[in-house]
Amino acid sequence: MWRYLIRRLLELIPTLFGVSIAVFLFIHAIPGDPARLAAGQDATLADVEAMRVRLGLNHGLPVQYLYFLKNAVHGDFGLSYRQQVPVLVVVRQHFMPTLLLSLSAIALAFGFGLLSGVMAATRRNSWLDLTVTAASATGISVPSFFLGILLIYLFAVTLHWFPVTGSTSVRGLVLPAVSLALAPLATIARFVRSSFLEVAGEDFVRTATAKGLAYAAVTYKHALRNALIPVVTMTGLQFGFLLGGAVVIETVFNYTGLGWLLIQSIGFRDYPVLQVLLLLFAMEFMLVNLLVDLTYGALDPRIRYG
Amino acid sequence: MASAASAATAAPLKERHGRDLWRRFRRHRSGMVGFTLTVVFVLMAVFGRMLSPYQPAQADYLHVNAGISAAHWLGTDNYGRDILSRTLTGARYSLGIGVLATGFSSLIGSLWGLLAGYLGGWFDALSGRLIDILLAFPGLLLAIGIIAIAGPGFRNVIIATTIFGIPIFARLVRGSALAVRERAYIEASQALAAGPPRIMFLHVLPNILAPILVYITLRIGTVILIAASLSFLGLGVQPPTPEWGAMLSEAQLYLAIDPLMAIAPGVAISLAVLGFNLLGDGLRDVLDPRIR
Repeated sequence: MWRYLIRRLLELIPTLFGVSIAVFLFIHAIPGDPARLAAGQDATLADVEAMRVRLGLNHGLPVQYLYFLKNAVHGDFGLSYRQQVPVLVVVRQHFMPTLLLSLSAIALAFGFGLLSGVMAATRRNSWLDLTVTAASATGISVPSFFLGILLIYLFAVTLHWFPVTGSTSVRGLVLPAVSLALAPLATIARFVRSSFLEVAGEDFVRTATAKGLAYAAVTYKHALRNALIPVVTMTGLQFGFLLGGAVVIETVFNYTGLGWLLIQSIGFRDYPVLQVLLLLFAMEFMLVNLLVDLTYGALDPRIRYG
Repeated sequence: MASAASAATAAPLKERHGRDLWRRFRRHRSGMVGFTLTVVFVLMAVFGRMLSPYQPAQADYLHVNAGISAAHWLGTDNYGRDILSRTLTGARYSLGIGVLATGFSSLIGSLWGLLAGYLGGWFDALSGRLIDILLAFPGLLLAIGIIAIAGPGFRNVIIATTIFGIPIFARLVRGSALAVRERAYIEASQALAAGPPRIMFLHVLPNILAPILVYITLRIGTVILIAASLSFLGLGVQPPTPEWGAMLSEAQLYLAIDPLMAIAPGVAISLAVLGFNLLGDGLRDVLDPRIR
């Protein structure tokens, strides 16, 4: 297990390097002079040159990259162009709302996805199964921001149950979390259904039934446990995509998390903040994928880490 | 694999195989729903502009945010523009981006994956890393990053969504090519001294077309969603162009007084994406039940 963990962590390193190079080059790919952008609009030519030296932009790209790495390891990503405070300070302020939002959304998606998937599979071809299947096909196709707008109209504008937008309170969390949860919920429900049906046809399930175990024991202990393994992978992947989806939903609800900050930073051309956000999202995504692989073993003792 | 049989047999058999696939597909209920929806939206993209009762950009300040009427079946927006005409015209932008970007990314990605899978060695190792890096940015973020560099607009949305799709096709095709490479008929053509290009394009590619086709169909739906999201965020096609995502973003400001402004483009996006998704699922079930 430990050897496997270490090997997987080592394997992440080249990708992480690649991502850091991509993110580093990102700021150079933007049209315009980064020194001029950093110095601000009213800067004189001398200010711009001073900024160029201060940011190390007078060196060649490989040297600049090494500086970028060295500073990054120390948590120094420079100053936000817009607020003139360290980027990490800006990013930290918006971290918790996004964490809260994405965790609630994935919890909703996993819980209800699992429930409806199992219900559909155990009553195959019933009206319930058809409803779940149709609803999940629709759920995957409806854009999250459209659902968000519909929910705002129904529950905030018309019924006044929830604040319209711009709240990070618990009540303000409900509508964005539901909007964000829909697509992964539908995907998980669909996946649980097919995974469950596949497992239900296997020999050990027939054996369990044949030896006289109760239906519930067969369904929930034997079949479900085995059907869950691919579902965990799927949920992990969905969590990764959800981080991307948060960008849109946070904008719809004016929910001031990292995704909202990302769109604001594009609007204000605050490239250092943008750079760190891209790096952060990519690292989170890679970490989630690693965790997913590790959860495998906990659910299926047959999988050994060599 | 279904198409493996077709490629290996003579032309008349191939035709019969095609008819057989169509017969099986026709019995696939949700697949046919998807097929019908897709046809409707393709027709809308081609003829929507002609069918529109009004010019999509034609403002009428005397009838702003008017509800449903005989003159305006879906009402008018905040500039008094006919919502039905804008929704009909919008199909060409969403479908255009979906089809073009998916076409480009499947072409480039398939070529890349084919090379990596067939050649192997350092090229495969290097390209595997590159794919990992591109796929490390979750969901929309790669597209958003590209737009941040290139700026918004119709053409740049196509570029961003194309790049976003390339690694996905490259990975899929590489995997399939690896599996096909071990087959006996590839060994046979190698024995007949066929060069790598001939083997890749005449023997490997035809045998992995089924999963590629399924992915293309499903991918068009995803790209339509992503392009609409980008436009909604103000990073894609810009107003006053009647692109559905852009229309939704304008509609959000008038939600309290005119929900129809949001409902028309929102339903259009949902149905278009649903169509391609159901069609893709149906194709997958018919062509090869093993592809997941």
